[in-house]
Amino acid sequence: MSKYKIEIKNLYKIFGPNDKDMVELVANGTGKQELLDKHGHVLGLKNVNIGILANSVNVIMGLSGSGKSTLIRHINRLIEPTVGEIIVDGENVLGMNHEKIRDFRRFGASMVFQKFGLMPHRTVIENAMYGLNIQGIASVEAEKRAKHWLNRVGLSGFEDRFPAQLSGGMQQRVGLARALATDADILLMDEAFSALDPLIRADMQTILLDLQAELHKTIVFITHDLDEALRIGDDIAILRDGELIQKGTPQNIVLKPADDYVADFTKDVNRARVLTLNTLSHDTGSKEGLRLDGDLSIEQAMQQMVNSEYNLVTVMNDSTPIGQVSLSDMVGAISRPDATNSGSTTTYR
Amino acid sequence: MGFFNEFPAMERTDLRDLKKGIDASFKDFSRSWGESIEAFFDPLFYFLVYFEKLLLSTPWPIIISIVAGLSYWGSRSWRLSAGAAISFLFIGYLGMWDNTMSTVALISVATFICIALGIPIGVAMSKSDRLQSTITPILDVMQTIPIFVYLLPVVMLLGIGKVPGLIAVCVYAMPPIVRLTNLGLRLVDKEILEAADAFGSNYRQRLFSVQLPLALPNIFAGVNQTIMMALAMVVIASMIGVKGLGVPVLQSIQNQYLALGMMNGLAIVALAIIFDRVSQKYGKRLQRHREGGSDV
Repeated sequence: MSKYKIEIKNLYKIFGPNDKDMVELVANGTGKQELLDKHGHVLGLKNVNIGILANSVNVIMGLSGSGKSTLIRHINRLIEPTVGEIIVDGENVLGMNHEKIRDFRRFGASMVFQKFGLMPHRTVIENAMYGLNIQGIASVEAEKRAKHWLNRVGLSGFEDRFPAQLSGGMQQRVGLARALATDADILLMDEAFSALDPLIRADMQTILLDLQAELHKTIVFITHDLDEALRIGDDIAILRDGELIQKGTPQNIVLKPADDYVADFTKDVNRARVLTLNTLSHDTGSKEGLRLDGDLSIEQAMQQMVNSEYNLVTVMNDSTPIGQVSLSDMVGAISRPDATNSGSTTTYR
Repeated sequence: MGFFNEFPAMERTDLRDLKKGIDASFKDFSRSWGESIEAFFDPLFYFLVYFEKLLLSTPWPIIISIVAGLSYWGSRSWRLSAGAAISFLFIGYLGMWDNTMSTVALISVATFICIALGIPIGVAMSKSDRLQSTITPILDVMQTIPIFVYLLPVVMLLGIGKVPGLIAVCVYAMPPIVRLTNLGLRLVDKEILEAADAFGSNYRQRLFSVQLPLALPNIFAGVNQTIMMALAMVVIASMIGVKGLGVPVLQSIQNQYLALGMMNGLAIVALAIIFDRVSQKYGKRLQRHREGGSDV
């Protein structure tokens, strides 16, 4: 059993009438523009290989047109790939017949949409019940479960409203409740919070993180917003023009951007909030510093240091010291990468 | 030069033979199949007769209460309901009660048939572009061909009476419901359909829980149009022996009875307005989710 809940292997998606014939061209290096100009086909995804970690938030990010929404729709096969494999719990989704794929969508993976995808003629509770109705669960039971999840996303008392009577943020909570109600292990979120204004978006991120802390679903989260990716992602994959550019932890992405494209993305990030003491920690010196947990962000650590007389942190894992970080290490790490190159000599773990 | 001055038409004798041949073969066809086709439509005939008799034998106060009740149930408006009752009282007072009942029976049965056939056809059309491009020209023909042209073969096959009249009405009145069902289903938001798919809906669940409810405004417009067009056919239907408000109108045309024509014509208009307003209000009421903002 692999550590990945979902494995995407050698996935190609080319839009056009002779998509299969184009795979070799693309594999041999024909670019997106050339494929369109010379062959009239649109490149969606090129040789994507991604492992989706179980019980964690996997963010796939990229700008519009990078193929991220196409990619997520392959997982529950709303889009058929040109070639490739998608293995979920050891079974190839692409080998499933209609019956099986329907069951997978009913019980295995539920989805949240950018524009909510709520049914305007159904009330809030009827929307939240939709997946359960499709599963064939008796309506009394379905209503009970839907009510539970509406309550969890903070929509108690709104059960009998129609979606059009709710704000965007509330509508997306209905979308989230609908997806959670089916009890599927996998939650596919396609730019789920992108249509919401920043404050509501932060709210929704908090709701999602709170729920995830308890539910441990396998979440695939699509976004174009790096701050969002860094905040909620346990693991981030970056796509450009249908190709996977980089995959790693948020810290990894920020500290070691694979190329200029990623570096460009990350340059305006609030690094103090993303980087943790663990990332900066290096070998213990003899000096004793302020004892802080390694999972704290630099921002949090600095706040603590201001209130103490230390200018050194001893990084702790449970109760054992595992390294230390000095104030100048922190200042060096939160300055922008183009500046750090010539500055700090700290080597990151 | 003769070639350009006179159209190179078919030889007159050949043309005559062609027409004769078609006529003769249709006559043969109707002679050998007429009875079985008539038998096929028998249930329809009995249903129509039964319904008409039911309306005619029911005491008038009950009919008026039912009309007012149905109007209120459909529209939730006392004014409309009272208006419908008063119209019917007037119609009865002016001696048009029996004819009105016959017409209501015909329109109801015709609308029922059009919906029962039209909606499934519209659903099938919305699923397949090929079917759509096949059926659309047929609908065009049904709506534009002069009525007498298809009335003739229908009368030759089935004779004069209620069933041919009903068929004539249905041919003319069915296209709107087919077209608007097709249109309505095609206009349903793709993202909502995707959501339905993503939760594993099968075809039936998708159709009945998402597509049809969301296409309802258009389907209702289709039902409304169908009723209006069926009413417009009442006078034509009377030409082939269908009883109802069309008969006196026809008489008045033939004999220049101005008042008779006016009264019966206005009775048809009154029916049309009642049917139209009630069905529109009912359609709107089904769409109450479209009123955003305020409390339910």
